[in-house]
Formats: sequence, structure tokens, C-alpha cells
Amino acid sequence: MTRTWRPPVAWGLLVPGLAVLLFAYAAPMLWVLRMAFNRFIGGGGIEITFTVDSFADVFTDPYYLRVAWTTVKLGLLVSVVTVIVAYPLSLFLVRTTSRFRGLLTILAIAPMLVSSVARTYGWMVVLGNQGLLNSVLKGLGLTDTPVQLANQFSGVVIALVQIFLPYAVLAMTSGFGRLDDTLEQAAASLGAGRITRFLRVTLPLTLPGVLTGLLLVFVLSISAYVTPRLIGGGRVFVLASEIYDQATNQLNWPLAAALSLVLVVVFGVAVTVFGLLQRRVERWVSGR
Amino acid sequence: MNTLADRAARWSQRTLVTLIYVFLWLPILVVAVVSIDTSTFLRFPPQGFSLDPYRTVFSTPEFMTGLVSSLIIAAFTTVITLAVAICASLAFTRQSFRGSGAAQAFLTSPLLVPNIVLGLALLLLFSPLALNDTYTGLVLAHVVLCLPYAIRTISVSLSTVDVSGEDAARVLGASPWVTFRRVTLPLIRPGVIAGAVLSFLVSFDEAVVSLFLAGYNITPLPVTLLDHLETQAGPEVAALSVLLILFSLLAVLAVERALGLGRSLRTRS
Repeated sequence: MTRTWRPPVAWGLLVPGLAVLLFAYAAPMLWVLRMAFNRFIGGGGIEITFTVDSFADVFTDPYYLRVAWTTVKLGLLVSVVTVIVAYPLSLFLVRTTSRFRGLLTILAIAPMLVSSVARTYGWMVVLGNQGLLNSVLKGLGLTDTPVQLANQFSGVVIALVQIFLPYAVLAMTSGFGRLDDTLEQAAASLGAGRITRFLRVTLPLTLPGVLTGLLLVFVLSISAYVTPRLIGGGRVFVLASEIYDQATNQLNWPLAAALSLVLVVVFGVAVTVFGLLQRRVERWVSGR
Repeated sequence: MNTLADRAARWSQRTLVTLIYVFLWLPILVVAVVSIDTSTFLRFPPQGFSLDPYRTVFSTPEFMTGLVSSLIIAAFTTVITLAVAICASLAFTRQSFRGSGAAQAFLTSPLLVPNIVLGLALLLLFSPLALNDTYTGLVLAHVVLCLPYAIRTISVSLSTVDVSGEDAARVLGASPWVTFRRVTLPLIRPGVIAGAVLSFLVSFDEAVVSLFLAGYNITPLPVTLLDHLETQAGPEVAALSVLLILFSLLAVLAVERALGLGRSLRTRS
């Protein structure tokens, strides 16, 4: 690069940003970490001390263990289903030569910016007992009694898959950069059938993008709050809803903080595992 | 070769992709249909046609106060975010200094923290400081959430524009401020516009962090909507949702025209 205009001091330009983040991000996060080791003394009272009582509560109470397991299960299920649904769409968007490609890409990503509350409401209408899905099923004579999807784990999964689909498409289309038509044509000219071509060429080349999408959606769905609360209808309990309840209704801040740390640890484990997987996949793909 | 198999494969792929698009847009379209319904509770198909729900939206006091709060928060958030993000992006793209990568990672890291954890963290620190349920507290929280997006779009713009204009201005004796104001800023306008629209939208639609910081004085619109959905999810809620959706789609178009949607939202390039 040529010599460019140099502002006086780089760090001077960073002062406003760093100040805001230290005050409204780093400090609160550290404060949560500290809060988890305080003691709750009922009625919203908190004793400043150093105890692991809240963690003991979380890890000995079967209820919280079940909530943590529901959260992880939700994350795994939603991320796998989302990536399976996003895969053909991403592949199509990367490969298409249609002149509507730009428009189709926007149509796939735009829902990401639509309020998640509004979209969850849409799913309440679709999945409700008198909703779209049940009207259609009844109209086709497939069922007499409404299929229970709202207020259920399955309903939350369906809604979250739709809500996180644009994120997965965005991550996957940018991760599919290595995909090259000529490689597939070469495989075809060497006599590889459609399935062999997909398994031996397309899939390995797109695997890094798939992993990025999986991680992103997993991380987003274990921290989802609005959709489990609204579609779950008070019957699906995840770490996020428990954190909110403890913080605002029970006023048990140490427990809310401890649950947050559990969520952050799940998050960290996921990032580490996917990091290792990604490296193995990279080696495997480039080793061929 | 086997053209029939090829054609079958192409058509099955097209059908599959179409179905995925339907799935993606179904809840959004359904909300629009319900919003013009006359029935007062959640059901599909609609029972009749009426635009009354839209009138109800504008005559429901909670919706209007929520709207005003959200607009105030989003406006302040956008202005502060832009100022902070422009400064930071200039440092990242026009200067090389030790710790640049670390500082950049720090400023964009709020994107990685679950909003539910950040919301709790802000509640725990802001309530002893009497900052919860205040505009100051909510705006600060939203700036943290919007900064990663604005830094992304403005940095993309800054690193793609030609720097020779800036060099020329400097050589001709323009001060750093004049160079920035007269040369750099006009060039990076697309990034600034995209960053502004995204910040406004992220702040305007934010529900989770706001839920922790909202109170008797200030209840942003998404929080009001969330409360309403649990108790009475009638057509006026659908009408409000449609208005929010239309607002988002307009924002999408603005970002797409300014900088490109994919480029603006991709955090790792």
C-alpha cells in the first residue's frame, strides 16, 4: 500500500469505542462472573462473599440438569436440521447462473433482519391448534384432532430452524468458495456417477462451510430466548428462560449468573470442538 | 449422456429449493394474512377482511409509547455508534499499530456473546448504578450490540476506496480533519449508510437485552409486543408485526443498495 493519510494517534481514535465497551460490556461480564460466587439470602438479598453454592445448586438439582440437557439437545437438533435445509439452498445460490441470483440471495438472507418477535408470532399462527398447518391437515382429512406443535419442543425446533436459516445460508455460501465446477466436470468425464461425484467432490469441498454453519446455528440456538418462551408456551424450559426467570422474578442473581456461566461454558466447548473438527476436515480435504 | 436423469435431477432440485423458500417466507406471509382478519383470536384461515387492526395499532397507547421509546433509543444509538465506529475503523484501516488485531477482536466480540448473558450482565451492573430503565442505559447497551455491524460495514468501505485522494489532499496541505471531511467521508458514504441502517434496525428490533433493562419508565416496542403475544395475540398484534416487517424489508433494500447485503452481514470474510 502507498503512504496514506495518518491520523495523529491510532489509540486516540479507539478511545471512544474502548471506553463504551469497557463500561457497558467488559465490566458487566466480569461482574456476572463475580456475582456467581455470591450468596443468595432470599427476598432479593445478596451476601457479598465467595461461595460455590449457586454452582452446587445447578449441578445437584435434577431440574437444572434437565434444563441444561434440553438446551444442548435443542442446539444440536436445530443446528443439524438447519444445516440440512440450508445446504441445498446454499449450493443452489453458489452454482446458479440465473439472472435473478442477486434477488434470490436477498430473499434467502433478508428474513434475518426481520424482527424475531414478529417471525415467532408467524409460527404461533402456523403451528397453533387452530393454525394454518392444522387447518390444512383437517381439510385434507388427514386428522380430526389437532396436531400438538405449539407449546411443544418440536414446535420450538421448527420455528428456530426457520429463524436461523438465513444465518446458515450466509455462513455456508461464503464457505463454499472452493467449490469449482471444473472439478465436478472432471470427475464426470472420468466416469464418476452423480452420487460418487457428490460424495467424493462436492461434499468434501463444502464441508468446512457446513461446519461453520453448524457452529453458528448451535451457538445461536442455545442462547435463544424469545422463541422458546413464546412457542414453548411455558412448557419448554431452556437455560435462557431460566436465567431470565431467576434474574427478574426470583431475584436470585447469583443463580442467574451461575446459569449464565454454564451457558458460556457450553458455548466455549462447542467453539473448541468445532475448531478441532474444522482443522481435521481442512487436513482431510487438502490431503486428497 | 443421460439427459433424462439430468433433467429429473434439475427439476427435483428446483422443487426442493422452492419448498425451502416457501418455508422461509411462510411465517412472514401468514402474519400479513392474519393482520387483515376480523376474528379477534389466533386462527387460520381468516374469518373476514378488515383494515381495523391497523387502526387499532395506532390507537393503542402502549404501542405508541413503545414506538416513541424505540425510535428515541434507535436514533441516539445510531448516531453514537456511527461516530465511534468511524473513529475505530479509521484506526484499523489507516494505521498499523501493535494490538490492532486484538482491539478489533475486542470491539467486534459482543456479536459472539449470547444476548441473554449480556442482558443479565447489564442488568446486574446497571441496577446498582441506577442506569436500568433509563435512556442512557438502554442506548449504551444498544451501542455495544450495534458496533460490530457498523465497524464491519465502514471498514469494508474504508479498505476498498482508493487512498490516492487522501494522499493528494495531505500533500496539498489539508489538515487531517479537512482530509477526512472533504475526501474520506464522501468516499465511504455507502459503508456509513449501511452501518447506520443496520444499527438503527438492530436497535429497533432488539428484544432480549432490552427486556432486562426495560422498566416502568421505558418499554421499547419489541418488549411491548412480546408481552402482548403472551396474553392476547389478536390481529392488531399481527398488524403491528406487519409494520415492523415492512420496516425491516425497507432497511434490507437500503443496505443492499448502499453496500450489498451479504458484504455487510458477513462477519468473517
